[in-house]
Amino acid sequence: MTETLEKKIEPLQDLEPSEPPHSQWKDVWDQFKKHKGALMGGSFLLLITLGVLFGEYIWTLDPQKLDIRNKDIRPIYTILWDSGAKVQWAHPFGTDNLGRDALANMIVGGRTSMAVGWVAMLLALSIGTTIGVLAGYFRKLDGPLMRFTDLVLSLPILPLLLVAVTLFRDALRAHLGPETGMFLLIVGVVGVTSWMQTARIVRSEVLALKEREFILAARSIGTTPGAIIRRHLLPNVISPIMVSATLGLATAIITESALSFLGVGFPPDFPTWGKMLADAVPRMDQYPERVVLPGMAISLTVLSVNYLGDGLRDALDPRIRGR
Amino acid sequence: MLTFTIRRLILAVPTLLFISLVIFLLLELAPGDPMAQVPLTVPPEVKAKMREALGLGEPLHIRYWKWLVQFFWIEPQVLFDSIFDTSFSEGKQRILSWQTRSPVMDMVVQRLPQTLWVVGMSYVVGILIALPIGIYSAYRQYSIFDQAGTFVTMIGFSIPPFFTGPLLIMIFAVQLGWFPSVYDTTHVVNDWDSFMVQLRQMIMPVMVLALQTTAQISRFMRSSMLDNLNQDYVRTARAKGLPEKVVVMVHVLRNSMIPVVTAIALGIPGIFGGAIITEVVFKVNGIGDQLLNALFANDLPSVQTLAFMIAVLIVLFNLIADVLYGVLDPRIRYD
Repeated sequence: MTETLEKKIEPLQDLEPSEPPHSQWKDVWDQFKKHKGALMGGSFLLLITLGVLFGEYIWTLDPQKLDIRNKDIRPIYTILWDSGAKVQWAHPFGTDNLGRDALANMIVGGRTSMAVGWVAMLLALSIGTTIGVLAGYFRKLDGPLMRFTDLVLSLPILPLLLVAVTLFRDALRAHLGPETGMFLLIVGVVGVTSWMQTARIVRSEVLALKEREFILAARSIGTTPGAIIRRHLLPNVISPIMVSATLGLATAIITESALSFLGVGFPPDFPTWGKMLADAVPRMDQYPERVVLPGMAISLTVLSVNYLGDGLRDALDPRIRGR
Repeated sequence: MLTFTIRRLILAVPTLLFISLVIFLLLELAPGDPMAQVPLTVPPEVKAKMREALGLGEPLHIRYWKWLVQFFWIEPQVLFDSIFDTSFSEGKQRILSWQTRSPVMDMVVQRLPQTLWVVGMSYVVGILIALPIGIYSAYRQYSIFDQAGTFVTMIGFSIPPFFTGPLLIMIFAVQLGWFPSVYDTTHVVNDWDSFMVQLRQMIMPVMVLALQTTAQISRFMRSSMLDNLNQDYVRTARAKGLPEKVVVMVHVLRNSMIPVVTAIALGIPGIFGGAIITEVVFKVNGIGDQLLNALFANDLPSVQTLAFMIAVLIVLFNLIADVLYGVLDPRIRYD
C-alpha cells in the first residue's frame, strides 16, 4: 500500500541536479589560481621552504667543514664565459675562502633566515591582532591603544633594533647559549617592532563588523565578549590578517638580513643569508657570486612572498572575487 | 590653517617625550657596564668616582630629566649662541661623548648635512619618479606599461638596499667604472666640474634609496587614482566638457594625493633605516654611520642622542606631511 503511494506521488525534481554548493574557500582558491604571479610565488616559496628544511638530507656536505685545498672555487656556471675558472661538480655553488661549501651554507643559512622570518611574523601577528581586536571591540581601550600604536609607528625602528641587539646580546648569549639567545633576541625585537600595521587593519575591520546584525544576535542571546571575539570576529578578520602575514614575513626576513649585514646578527660561525652577503662584500670584485647568490635568495624569497600576498589580497576580497 | 599647524606641533611634544623615554629606558635596562673595561686593580671607591664622573651615580629619573634638559634646553642655547654670537650656554654642561670627550651635537652638526642630502634627495627623486608612473599606470590600467610597472615595483619592494648597493657598486663602479664606489664627503663644489663629480658620486646612494621609495609610492598612487577615477565627480567633470588633462591632473590627482601623502609620511622611518645601510655600503659619513660607530664603541650618550636625533627628524617630517595633508584636504583642518 505505502509502496504504491510513494511511486505515484513523486516529488518535483529539477531536470538536472543543481551544482552542489561550494564553500567560500573553494571560491578563494579559484580566484587565487587566476593570479599567475601569486601561484608562481606560492610554489616558489613552498619549494624554497622545502629546500632549506630537507636540503641537507640531499646535499649532505657539512657546511662547517674546512677544506683548504678546495678553497675559492667558483660556481659551476662561471665556466660558460671563463673556461679557465676553477670549478668543480662537487661544489656547484663554489666554496668560500676557507673551502666551505657554498650550497650547504645557503641551505643552513636559509633555514635560519626563514625560521626567524616565520617566528617573528607570527609574534607580530599575534600582538597586532590582539591589540587590533581589543581596540576595535572595547570602545574604552580604543583611544589609548591606537594612540600607543601611532607612537610606536613614529619610532625609528632600525636604530632601535641596532641598539637593542647590540646591548642585550652578550647577556642573552651567556644565559641561553649563542644561537638560541641570538635567535630569541632577533625574533623578539623584530616581532615587537612590526605589529602596528596589522593592529590598524584588524581594528578597522573589527569596528565595521561590530555593528553587524550577527554580532547583535550573538550578544542578545548572552554570548560573552570573549566568545564573540573568538567565534564571530576572528574568523571574519582572517583575510586581512593573512595578507598582513605575508607582508610581515617579507619584512622580518629583510630586517634579519639587514641586522646581519650591519654586523649585529648571529655569531660568525652561524650562517644566514644576510651574513653570507655581508661577509662577501669586501671581496666582491673577485668573487661576485658570493654576494649575488645569497642576495638573490633573499630577494627571490621576498618577491615570491610579496606576489603571494598580492594574490591573496585579490582572492580574499569578495568585491574582486568573481569578476 | 595656522591653528591646525600649531595643534599638530603641540601633539608632537608627547610623541617626542615618549620616544626619548623609550630610548633612555632601552639603554638603561641594557645589561653591560661601562666600567667593565677598567682593570680590577682599580679600587672600588675610585671606580665609584669614575662612575660619578660619567654621570652614572644619580638615580634613573634624575638622569632622564638632566638628559632632557641638556637636549632640549642647553643644546638649543648653544645653537643660538653660535648663530647670534651670544653667550647663554657658557659654563653649562653639554652632552659629551664617552668616545671623544667632545660634545655629541658638534659631531652631529658635522655629519647631519650628508645624511639629509642623500636621504632628502633620494626621497624627492623617488617621489618624482613614482608619481607619474602611478598616475599613468592607473589611467591606463592593465596596459603593458601598467603590467611592466607592477613588475618593476614588485622587484623594487623585494630587493633590499644592502643587496642593490653592492650590486650597483659591482656593475657601475667595478665593471663599468662610471661612478665612484665611495662617497667623498670632503669634496667641495665650486665649479661645474666639481659639481659633476658631486653629481656622479651621489647617483648610486640616491638611486638605491629611491628604488624603495618609488616602488611603494607608485603602488599607492596607482591604487588611489583607481579608486578616484570611477567616482561620480569625475563623470560630472567629464560631462561638463572639461578637457581630459584637467579632469585627471586637477580633479582626480588632488583627491588621490591625500592617502599618498600619508604613505609618504609613513615611509619616512623606513627611509632613515635604509639610510643607515646605504651609508655603510657607500661609506657616507652621515649620522647613521656615526650611530653604528658609537654603538660598537659602547658610547652610550652618543647612541642615545643620535637615535633621538633620527627620531626628531622622523617626527619633523611627519609633521610636514600632516600639515600638507591639511592643505590638500580642507575637511581635516576643522576636526
